[in-house]
Amino acid sequence: MLYTKEVMKHFQHPHNQGVIKDADSVGEAGNPVCGDVMKIYLKIVDKKTGSKTKKVIKDVKFETLGCAAAIAVSSALTDKIKGMEIEKVLKIQKDDIIKDLGGLPPAKIHCSMLGLEALDEALKEYKK
Amino acid sequence: MKRIYLDHSATTPVDKKILRAMLPYFGADFGNPSSIHTFGQKAAAAVDAAREQVAGFLNCNVDEVVFTSGATESDNLAIRGVIAAAKKKGVQKPHIITSLIEHPAVLETCAEMEREGAEVTYLRVSPTGLVRTEDVKKAIKENTVLVTIMYVNSEVGSIQPVREIGKIIHKINEARLNEWKKTKGKEPLSRPQEIYFHTDATQAPNFLNCDVRWNYIDLLSFSGHKIYGPKGVGVLYARTGVPLRAVQTGGHHENSRRSGTLNVPGIVGLGEAVKALKNKPDEGKDGRWTGTNRKIARLRDMLVKGLEKSLPGIVLNTDRKHATPAHAHFSFVGAEGESVLIALDLAGVAVSTGSACASGSLKPSHVLLAMGIKQEIAHHSIRFTLGKNTTEEEIKKVIRILPPIIKKFRKMSPELKF
Repeated sequence: MLYTKEVMKHFQHPHNQGVIKDADSVGEAGNPVCGDVMKIYLKIVDKKTGSKTKKVIKDVKFETLGCAAAIAVSSALTDKIKGMEIEKVLKIQKDDIIKDLGGLPPAKIHCSMLGLEALDEALKEYKK
Repeated sequence: MKRIYLDHSATTPVDKKILRAMLPYFGADFGNPSSIHTFGQKAAAAVDAAREQVAGFLNCNVDEVVFTSGATESDNLAIRGVIAAAKKKGVQKPHIITSLIEHPAVLETCAEMEREGAEVTYLRVSPTGLVRTEDVKKAIKENTVLVTIMYVNSEVGSIQPVREIGKIIHKINEARLNEWKKTKGKEPLSRPQEIYFHTDATQAPNFLNCDVRWNYIDLLSFSGHKIYGPKGVGVLYARTGVPLRAVQTGGHHENSRRSGTLNVPGIVGLGEAVKALKNKPDEGKDGRWTGTNRKIARLRDMLVKGLEKSLPGIVLNTDRKHATPAHAHFSFVGAEGESVLIALDLAGVAVSTGSACASGSLKPSHVLLAMGIKQEIAHHSIRFTLGKNTTEEEIKKVIRILPPIIKKFRKMSPELKF
């Protein structure tokens, strides 16, 4: 099983790692029994463009316990959504993350789901 | 970067001397040992010499040594061979006793035998990874044909009570035979079924006494590449009188027990590797070692002490009193095993892990689970296995570079309770 250069870069120096103390929303996915847990913190603001107001992810941080793929997914996903409108965030698929990482070994595809599930949880909580 | 290799349970580097001994058999001395001409005879002489070396180490006869492609094949031949022979003899439902912590070469083969109509008992182990002799005794039934228990567990290094198990089986066989001798008529066909004892000794030869007579062993497997020899070659010791049906049939090599042209360079390498091994009866008893083993144990203990000192909340899964001198298996709770393995590799240190994330399956190591270690902690395991060439400088370096790695991952992790 070999990881791509992109995965290794994120693994060695993950971006957006940490917590947001006054986060607007927090989502968690995974389970230590399965080996992977990811927690995602979001800071969301209103952004005016002309007459429209859109929700935008101003800041994002993650905490992850897991393998190299889980850490790389956390880093790449948070990179991707930082500054993005929520409408667009909702359209992100696991293949988008895998593409950003230059691919994942077949046994690790489920790790890309973990990131999206944590993000999904965070957005669900925000809507509440 | 000078890399540090602490994964000797996976494989060992080939000694230069061993490699040198093998090389002529890839070149000028390429003959097939089955050939009658000079080329063949030269190769046959080399194979004979290696066979004598192995027989000397195991304290058996030369014709009890079967060369194979490795320990997996040896395990397959032992289990399939004994069960097929028993079935042929008329045992309707042969019973096998094994343990939950065996290598997949044994576990998968036993499962296959189960599918083909055999009955299998999988013994549980103690929290330190030891099969209990009493459990073996209790599991024996009328139709028990084979007991297969490993000598040393490759993951945590636990040394199984092989000699005690062998003795028990020997006594039961003897008692059954004596009972039968008393009966009238002594119909040869009613002779009681003998129980054969096989051990997968792959991880044992570097450390422990492999004298098959002393240990009451009927069948024993090991391979070349765990003893500083080549890959692709192994041994099955099969005591004379143990009925064994061949798995691989063909040109009647190895007394028809294992057909196929002999791997001459490999066998020469294995023979050379065995030269360095010594059998000492009480070696390793209660964690006491001599010679090279003592040196390895000292470095292993240094590693354990160093890591325990600088890393709180870590668990040593190796019970050093009943394990090889080379094993140190840890759970670095709060840091996933594959991540630690890769981070260590980037820093030049090679280890292995029992985490599911490294195996491609979703479950962590079956050995750790059988020991009662919780899944969430098994994922955080790292195995160090030292070798005869491991140095104090290398261990000191690991003690220096590992704690910041564990701390980094623990910091990255959400707060969890284990």
